[in-house]
Amino acid sequence: MLDQNPQPFVEIRGLCKWYGDFSALHDINLNVALGEKVVVCGPSGSGKSSLIRCINQLEAHQKGTIIVDGIEVTPDMKNKEKIRREVGMVFQSFNLFPHMTILANLTLGPMRNRGASKSEARELAMHYLNRVHIAEQADKYPAQLSGGQQQRVAIARSLCMKPKIMLFDEPTSALDPEMIAGVLDVMIELAEEGMTMVVVTHEMGFARRVADRVVFMDEGEIIEVAEPEPFFNTPQSERAKLFLSQLLGH
Amino acid sequence: MQGRVAAPTPRSLRQREDTGLDMAVVRRILWQVLQASLVFVGLAYLIWRGAAAMEYNWQWYRVEPFFYRIIDGEIIWGPLVKGLIQTLKLAAIAGVIAITIGFITAFARLSNSIAGRIIAKVYLEAIRNTPLLVQLFLFYFVLAPIFGIDRFWAGVLTLALFEGSFAAEIIRGGIVGVDKGQFEGADAIGLTLVDKYRFIIVPQSLPLILPPLTGLTISLIKHSAIVSVIAVSELTTAGLNLIADTFMAFEVWFLVAGIYLAVTITLSVGVSLFERSLNKSKR
Repeated sequence: MLDQNPQPFVEIRGLCKWYGDFSALHDINLNVALGEKVVVCGPSGSGKSSLIRCINQLEAHQKGTIIVDGIEVTPDMKNKEKIRREVGMVFQSFNLFPHMTILANLTLGPMRNRGASKSEARELAMHYLNRVHIAEQADKYPAQLSGGQQQRVAIARSLCMKPKIMLFDEPTSALDPEMIAGVLDVMIELAEEGMTMVVVTHEMGFARRVADRVVFMDEGEIIEVAEPEPFFNTPQSERAKLFLSQLLGH
Repeated sequence: MQGRVAAPTPRSLRQREDTGLDMAVVRRILWQVLQASLVFVGLAYLIWRGAAAMEYNWQWYRVEPFFYRIIDGEIIWGPLVKGLIQTLKLAAIAGVIAITIGFITAFARLSNSIAGRIIAKVYLEAIRNTPLLVQLFLFYFVLAPIFGIDRFWAGVLTLALFEGSFAAEIIRGGIVGVDKGQFEGADAIGLTLVDKYRFIIVPQSLPLILPPLTGLTISLIKHSAIVSVIAVSELTTAGLNLIADTFMAFEVWFLVAGIYLAVTITLSVGVSLFERSLNKSKR
């Protein structure tokens, strides 16, 4: 109903999720095509994070199907590991490994999961650190970096796994205002290179510039899906209108 | 109200102002050290007077051979040193087994396996709710003959099982104490379960696990004295034998206690230095 893409890379059908008796997601249907950029927004508690965390099974769903790159996502351990190597994830709170240097944070995944040698992994890591503009910090520990730098490292760490899709869970929400632009710039560059992206964010400038579609969620349901310009200028649903007026109101 | 713009002072030009040594604080610390010393001197005096009243014959000059003798220019270690070595050996082996049991039990309790969780829980409750002495007798008189285990290993295994139950809870607490985001970060790059714990979770739980585990090792060294009741040769057994030979109960028990104290204090200082270097590397 909401999507007519011929070849979805991610296909979500009838997805339902509960926390105990609380319905977190209800009958979610969403397709994401290869190369597409989808921005998910909505008020807090609307299920945005739960939705993208189901895609790489950081959280289990109870009903419905999720298919990523032709593989159905199940709670089976081997299946989860396989999916997660295709799907990169960037968190609000970075989740870098504080006991490892930046370089070690980046090389761990390729060395353990992709069978890369130490020098190959190092080369790969430096390549992506260059891309996020912090190659000179490679030997520092995460705590020595600013929040914005840490988030860029987290993006590079995901990219080292050569994912086919990147999920972003409010990547700029925990950052000081002056750090946000650097992270968004990296994400825009990534988008321009054709990465498939699902981004939970309230950065409307980013959404306008990058998104192919905006998905608006409320109370665990998808309320509205539209291209960014029509969505921000003339939202159709009452709830989206209310949400946008609150977002812009101050 | 009028606006105001301050002329900035560059950081490099700001002088740090420190107050010097505060003599009042120094005097107070000295006074408190003096108070503590007075209490200890008083206690020592009471013990000495008590012993004198009993007409106890102190024979400190006789204790040297308890440690070592020199015969033909060769050092022969005495019973206390040999006992100490046995105690350290006993505690080291039991400690390694206890920590291994601790990790296995902790992971079993955290696992999805219902069987694993039940076995771990039964083990923990059984060990922690029965006296160590009873466990030792049970092991030595019942299980050891069945499985053909000698008294040294009966002692080692009893201690390991006992301390292992405490180690398990310490380790579980350390693992649970690691930030949830770290588990997700490891999951998100597709690490296997084993790799996740090996590279991410366990290294970060060590600062949480190590201090209480030191306490456990210290209590293991102290608890090892209990195996003297099944006549395993170690420090306390050596002390008992010396008293039987020489009747120097006061001297020997002071020495034995002093040796335990020296070992445990050395251990805790060593570990706190190690911890400090661990924390430093994290910065």
